[in-house]
Amino acid sequence: MSTLSREDVANLARLARIEMTPDELDHLATEMDVILTAVARVQEVATADVKPTSHPLPLRNVTRPDLVIPSLSSEAALSGAPAKEDGRFRVPQILGEES
Amino acid sequence: MITRSAHEMANALESGEITSEKLTQDHLDRIAAVDGEVHAFLYVDTEGALSQARAVDAARAKGEKVGPLAGVPLALKDVMVQKGVPTTAGSKILEGWRPPYDATVVTKLKSAGIVILGKTNMDEFAMGSSTENSAYGPTHNPWDLTRIPGGSGGGSSAALAAFEAPLAIGTDTGGSIRQPAAVTGTVGVKPTYGGVSRYGLIAFSSSLDQAGPCARTVLDTALLHEAIAGHDPKDATSIDAPVPQVVKAAREGDVKGMKIGVVKELNGDGYQTGVRSRFEESLELLAKAGAEIVEVSCPNFEYALAAYYLIAPSECSSNLARFDAMRYGMRVGDDNGASAEIVMNLTREVGFGREVKRRIILGTYALSSGYYDAYYGSAQKVRTLIMQDFTNAFSSADVLVSPTCPTTAFKIGEKADDPLAMYLNDIATIPVNMAGIGGMSLPCGLAPEDGLPVGFQVMSPAMQDQRMYSVGAALEAALLSQWGAPLLSQIPALAGAK
Repeated sequence: MSTLSREDVANLARLARIEMTPDELDHLATEMDVILTAVARVQEVATADVKPTSHPLPLRNVTRPDLVIPSLSSEAALSGAPAKEDGRFRVPQILGEES
Repeated sequence: MITRSAHEMANALESGEITSEKLTQDHLDRIAAVDGEVHAFLYVDTEGALSQARAVDAARAKGEKVGPLAGVPLALKDVMVQKGVPTTAGSKILEGWRPPYDATVVTKLKSAGIVILGKTNMDEFAMGSSTENSAYGPTHNPWDLTRIPGGSGGGSSAALAAFEAPLAIGTDTGGSIRQPAAVTGTVGVKPTYGGVSRYGLIAFSSSLDQAGPCARTVLDTALLHEAIAGHDPKDATSIDAPVPQVVKAAREGDVKGMKIGVVKELNGDGYQTGVRSRFEESLELLAKAGAEIVEVSCPNFEYALAAYYLIAPSECSSNLARFDAMRYGMRVGDDNGASAEIVMNLTREVGFGREVKRRIILGTYALSSGYYDAYYGSAQKVRTLIMQDFTNAFSSADVLVSPTCPTTAFKIGEKADDPLAMYLNDIATIPVNMAGIGGMSLPCGLAPEDGLPVGFQVMSPAMQDQRMYSVGAALEAALLSQWGAPLLSQIPALAGAK
């Protein structure tokens, strides 16, 4: 089984948008190795002839008539916002010049 | 009054022996007296509970028809959103958040007149088996305050065992209702997937998560089950079919002629001696009550734990992407210069605890290109095999049974640094979630070697939830006549007990 390096974990943390200290990365790389070895057991029985199941129910698309129904007011929707301005969420810059 | 069952409390309310306001105040007093030691609650909504109680009293006084549990208090797991009431899911990232809407379960509780006392402690985002992963400190098992109350819903189960509430709501992704019930000597049911709405349940693993009822008796659990179950157009995975008649089944407790299948793979090595002996005795009682005990084999269950720890982290890595520091919850590092991406990274570093980060990283890996087929894809195939095992087993048995957990409650801190040892707690509960069927845990005695509660698990096919209530009620009645008093009457007294 492939072992995860500290750099691999750092890359996963970047993808998952979680800043991590060097200590955390070291610790997690060790733990991931142990956990991945244990969970890799699924490969013993997951043969080509077995169909995958993603959900316990036969899912179908659910629609409703396209009617305007009561929903959250903008005040309520913004009530938990870390920052807001003019009835909108205020967010940090998305298209940074410096990066 | 607080040590009675919810059903008895409801009768006392109906007959006028007590008001809901008094009953609610008694529970608030109990919480004030013991919760410093137990720490079942993250938030107690004193004013909200009392005003709900007064409203039920007023409706009753006017002769209005009220529900069967109207006026009875309940503890709500902090993973369900309740409008205006702090909701954290045990995470720092949601500290101080007051949701702007009610979960469907909460709407149903309110319309049934059930009084919500407050929000209960849990492992962060329901990831854990001990409630030690809460960002707000662990909950203590009322049977022994140095031990865990199970998890993730340890706050709800401890609240029941400590007589802080007669009813509670839990959620169960891999055993988070049933395992806490087992280790606290209480009853908990994971209904069929889709039986209870997930709208307003903060998602962990969407194909596995299911909210359900918790209480101290099988009948109370059934009454709460019917109060919260049913189709919800707001949940695309909600089943549009009549709610199984679980109250009727719990009242009758009839197992005559029923075939009860003992799952060979969920017993034996790795299961504590006292857990096994209580389980075996329970089988004898069910046989005496008229059930036929058969053995069934589910050979792929031994892969369930591995598959679960790929599927649940994969889904969680996607679900928890919503905590992006933009629309609600914590925001760190927004100094008017930092980019949104940096703010997200810093917020999620501070806001998430160790286990949550571990699972997000594991899920991100399992879903990444090049590893998808080997990990997530293989786990999905194991899911198919587990469902086939259940189908085969249910062709020769009406329900399946096993011990709920391999051991009784362990010490706080004992497994905190060993994720794999912690994951093993869920070995007998996880297959139920993988297949989306129903599962119940009820107390079947104390393990002789440590004097701690043992849980008995009953599993029923999808949308046949009434079957586990029939078995649970029959076993509960047989055990009660043997013990002479409910198991919880043996619980050591906590400070302020009366």
